[in-house]
Amino acid sequence: MAKYKLPKPGELSSSINYNPPAKDWMDIPVEFKPATYPAAAKEKDLLTVGFPNAHQWTPEDEDWNLPDGWEDTVIKGIEERLSKYRSFKLFMDVCVRCGACADKCHFYIGTGDPKNMPVVRAELLRSVYKRYFTKAGKVLGRLAGARDLDADVLKEWWYYFFQCTECRRCSVFCPYGIDTAELTIMGRELLNLLGLNINWIAGPVAACYSKGNHLGIEPHALKSNIELMIDDIEDITGIRVNPTFNRKGAEILFVTPSGDYMGEPGIYTCMGYLMLFHELGLDYTWSTYASEGGNFGFFTSNDMAKRLNSKIYAEAKRLGVKWILGGECGHMWRVLNQYMDTWNGPADFLEVPVSPITGTRFENAKSTKMVHITEFTADLIKHNKLKLDPTRNDHLRVTFHDSCNPARGMGLFEEPRYVIKSVCNNFFEMPENTIREKTFCCGSGSGLNATENMEERMRGGFPRANAVKYVHDKHGVNMLANICAVDRAAFPALMDYWVPGVGVTGTHELVANALVMTGEKERTTNLRGEDLPGKEGNE
Amino acid sequence: MYKGGRIIASLVVFVAILAFPFFYNLGKANAGPVINVPTGSQCVEPVAYMRANHMQLLNQWRDEYVRQGKTVYVNSQGKSFNINIDTCLQCHYSNSSTTSATAVSHPAVSTTGASNPAVNTTEASNSVVNPSDQFCVTCHNYASVEPTCWSCHNLPEGANQ
Amino acid sequence: MKAFYSFLAVIVLILVAIIGGSIANLHFFFGIIIPYVAFVLFVGGFIYRIIKWGRSPVPYRIPTTCGQQKSLPWIKQAKIENPTSALGVIVRMASEVLLFRSLFRNTKTELREGENGPQLAYGSAKWLWLGSLAFHWSFLIIVIRHLRFFLEPIPVALQMVDSVDSMLQIGLPQIYITDLLFLAAITFLFLRRVCVPRIKYISLPADYFPLLLIFGIAVSGILMRYFDKVDLISVKELALGIATLHPVLPSDIGAIFYVHLFLICCLFVYFPTSKLMHMGGIFMSPTRNMISNNRMVRHINPWNHAVEVHSYAEYEDEFREKMKKAGIPVEKE
Repeated sequence: MAKYKLPKPGELSSSINYNPPAKDWMDIPVEFKPATYPAAAKEKDLLTVGFPNAHQWTPEDEDWNLPDGWEDTVIKGIEERLSKYRSFKLFMDVCVRCGACADKCHFYIGTGDPKNMPVVRAELLRSVYKRYFTKAGKVLGRLAGARDLDADVLKEWWYYFFQCTECRRCSVFCPYGIDTAELTIMGRELLNLLGLNINWIAGPVAACYSKGNHLGIEPHALKSNIELMIDDIEDITGIRVNPTFNRKGAEILFVTPSGDYMGEPGIYTCMGYLMLFHELGLDYTWSTYASEGGNFGFFTSNDMAKRLNSKIYAEAKRLGVKWILGGECGHMWRVLNQYMDTWNGPADFLEVPVSPITGTRFENAKSTKMVHITEFTADLIKHNKLKLDPTRNDHLRVTFHDSCNPARGMGLFEEPRYVIKSVCNNFFEMPENTIREKTFCCGSGSGLNATENMEERMRGGFPRANAVKYVHDKHGVNMLANICAVDRAAFPALMDYWVPGVGVTGTHELVANALVMTGEKERTTNLRGEDLPGKEGNE
Repeated sequence: MYKGGRIIASLVVFVAILAFPFFYNLGKANAGPVINVPTGSQCVEPVAYMRANHMQLLNQWRDEYVRQGKTVYVNSQGKSFNINIDTCLQCHYSNSSTTSATAVSHPAVSTTGASNPAVNTTEASNSVVNPSDQFCVTCHNYASVEPTCWSCHNLPEGANQ
Repeated sequence: MKAFYSFLAVIVLILVAIIGGSIANLHFFFGIIIPYVAFVLFVGGFIYRIIKWGRSPVPYRIPTTCGQQKSLPWIKQAKIENPTSALGVIVRMASEVLLFRSLFRNTKTELREGENGPQLAYGSAKWLWLGSLAFHWSFLIIVIRHLRFFLEPIPVALQMVDSVDSMLQIGLPQIYITDLLFLAAITFLFLRRVCVPRIKYISLPADYFPLLLIFGIAVSGILMRYFDKVDLISVKELALGIATLHPVLPSDIGAIFYVHLFLICCLFVYFPTSKLMHMGGIFMSPTRNMISNNRMVRHINPWNHAVEVHSYAEYEDEFREKMKKAGIPVEKE
């Protein structure tokens, strides 16, 4: 393959054309354009979790080495899922193709590829459903929008179902609430029946299954990673925080995405948690077994997601904690909010979460017993339990990106905003059509945050970046705050590409920088080792 | 079936709404308005035409009479009629008892002479049951069409709307 | 081309109806048999489809949350867009069904020339919402108005609907407002499928066909009311005959009536087999009709089967030495 060079931002955005091609989408074979698709899953990763038909292949291959009778496997797979998921069955049937969703998908907006319109993405699957499961499709065929399942269709599925981040933005606009995420989930489950996954998902899934987190950090390494952060915190604040691991009898189990253990700017968010909990004197523990809040299993199949998710309750039970506190992560909270209790509950061995600092009972989490860290922190700030110095963030002009999943799978809008506004003096919202329930995806969610599909990521992130650019130009915004580990991993590249000069931060990094800790030395730098405003040149 | 009770209940309501006309009419006879006119009488235009277009003809008569001063209407067969509502009432509003009239399958009217030709003395009653129903109103009630005549013209004395 | 096939299909149906309407011997079939069959197929098909959907469980509680969740007492919850009560869901569903809430959110994405290449802008786009709302509401009122043919005596409420709908008092017979709206809306909905490139691209024959069929129904109805008039009394006798289960066949209803009736019957039969089932489907959409109380009340998945997990014991077995060395407590020393 020739060396690929990412086009310049202006070239990329100029290449977007919303005029549909002359040919019907069914007549356009899928084209694997460079840097628009992730690498194939490795056989060994699929074997680790016992997925069927694990085999070595690459998307560029003409022959994907599909097992004999794979068509049957897929059709039976569809049949089984139709009987298990009303959403799937209903969404196959009720779409009227009104087109309201068409220009709501960030991948469509960034590529102009009609198959990225949510309606057509659904039709990719629906056309096969019609052919094998509806009379009209069986009799009328193409006239009814039906088509046979063949290897090209399968390749098209793979290409486009791994070009959807399950962000649910289309479902906000659909008059019937058709949620493409549901269909992408089904599509990916079907592909997984044939061993057709992507490396950036299968790898983390295997690692999480065997080692407890997506990054595959083993227990001792996890501890030493955090110890490095502890050293940094001590350098900056003069305070040595003292977290515990796998400690039985702690009141709270803290679970965060593993993206916070490694790499910038995720680690600063992690340092933020450590400092906050230390300042509060919170009786909590980390777990190395349940060291992953996120769940890439969710991007393969619901069963796999359940298998990975089981560790959280199991560990909470083993350690005998009272409740669970969850860190900043996007899809993690979709899973925790809408799936965990159903899969692995009831969590009757836990208690309804009560903040030991404020006494607030989190009635909204009385069944799952898991609280979002921004709910926890917002409550602290509201009760004046934290001494904050927002001027330490005065060099930042901050905007907030609503992560898709906490936005549209939970409704977590005000908590993070309240926290950010309490610790930052300069906060600016992006335009109304790009935030809250209408927020745009980072373009790299649901396991698509690889490097080999960089152009697709830049295209998918274009609408989000464009909105950031708007506030960057208008208000001089230079920091993009979020509550999602994938955001923290994906945005730096996206911002560098589209809106240079805008940094990326987790919300609790901002909190920790503003947090005045008891007995701390006079801080001259923030967690990143950058001079604090007014403290330049002190060192 | 998940939440089957709710689904079934909703379907029952749905079917009940659809079947409403069947229940509403249960046990009632399907009889259109019976309108009697004297035997051998001849309307100003063919019956089929009148059924569909009488409103246009009345409008035409009004315009010709009031605005153009014409008093005679020549029909499609070349026969002349006075432009006057009385022309209609000669057949459609007779004091004669219904026995002397021939029942026409529907349009037209049987009268008892006490009421206005266009006004139903008993509100929206069944034309079949109530023989006092008159000319216009018999059919107009049946089809739920409200003529606008009486928004200008006064009702005759003693008539109710 | 797709529109053309649908057009052709509707033309064929109209021709069939004209034949049925012009041959007196076929009147019984077209006027009585087909309507009964169509009605039964509609009701039966509708129930069948709903039950078919209903037989699949809703394994997860997956509302799309379009507003602030219920969390801390001092944060204002969006009680309709993110409902935690049955009442909230009812209001949410009612606003979807009656006012097309989600469609009202519609925006239009545009690329505008910026300094460094095109930039995105989002404009308001309410036409689809307005057109759909006009279409569906007019359709409903028109259907309700037609009850005057099926009920005797006619309920006062129905007469009021009629007189409100014709309150413009234009023309003779008076023009119904809903007739005008309906024609305008359906023309709009059809034209956007033909003229807007993106919408044209996603449209299938199954999208054009019902629009054209309904257009045919509307036009034949309007022709019959204002131009090629038919004897209403006969029409009502036929309709009432059907509704009293004592069908009668009046002799002299014009052919145009049979076209109107036959197209309606076609719509009835087509309805349960098609996307038109969104009428029933919207009520069952799990992203809209579920209470968003995920963390408050456990949702049960009826097929929640056991899965293979990597237990803590296995994990510790694999990493015990490393854990001990790092000072992480273990279960088995």
